[in-house]
Amino acid sequence: MSRSTKKGPYIHHSLKKKVDASKLKGDKKVIKTWKRASMILPDMVGLTIAVYNGQKFIPVYCSESMVGHRLGEFSLTRTFRGHAGAKKAKVGR
Amino acid sequence: MPRVAGVDIPNKRIVIALTYVFGVGLSRSKEILKKVGIGEDVRANTLTEEELIKIRDCLKTYEVEGDLRRRIGLDIKRLIEVNCFRGIRHRRGLPSRGQRTKTNARTRRSKKRVAVPGKKVAAKK
Repeated sequence: MSRSTKKGPYIHHSLKKKVDASKLKGDKKVIKTWKRASMILPDMVGLTIAVYNGQKFIPVYCSESMVGHRLGEFSLTRTFRGHAGAKKAKVGR
Repeated sequence: MPRVAGVDIPNKRIVIALTYVFGVGLSRSKEILKKVGIGEDVRANTLTEEELIKIRDCLKTYEVEGDLRRRIGLDIKRLIEVNCFRGIRHRRGLPSRGQRTKTNARTRRSKKRVAVPGKKVAAKK
């Protein structure tokens, strides 16, 4: 079931604060965040946000078509290096 | 044989026959027939031309066949371009809604790797 529209999109308040601040100042410094479940808002288009994947921060450039997705969708938490017997192991990201 | 929404020409009870259109399932089929005022049990072949026209007009209000297929394709393309998790799963041909892939997931995976993993090892021995 999807989220009630009454509540609006989910975004963690600390991240919202940072986004608002960078919007006010007009600078596009990379914002570091751990809030992977937060949604990408129209406000965030054009910003680069470094999303933590449990090991490091993956820079995510927010484009218009990404609005409505969650930040975590762009910062993968697992690396798949292929199976032991595979002929050519795919190198993960 | 009647033609509705392009290519579809089945001869069955009309509720069932309409579901042969891509984008029309049982519930939508029932909905259409209710709107048009045709009984569900009428055979597709026995429909009059008038009734068929009514059904065709009603179908135009839905996204069906080619348009639907195109939209689905574009949606998937968008997911892939945006480089999100679901897009990556589509690119790899793996299930994108969190299903297990240790076993099962054959619908998404079977075309690519036909051989069953266990069989190969046995053949080498």
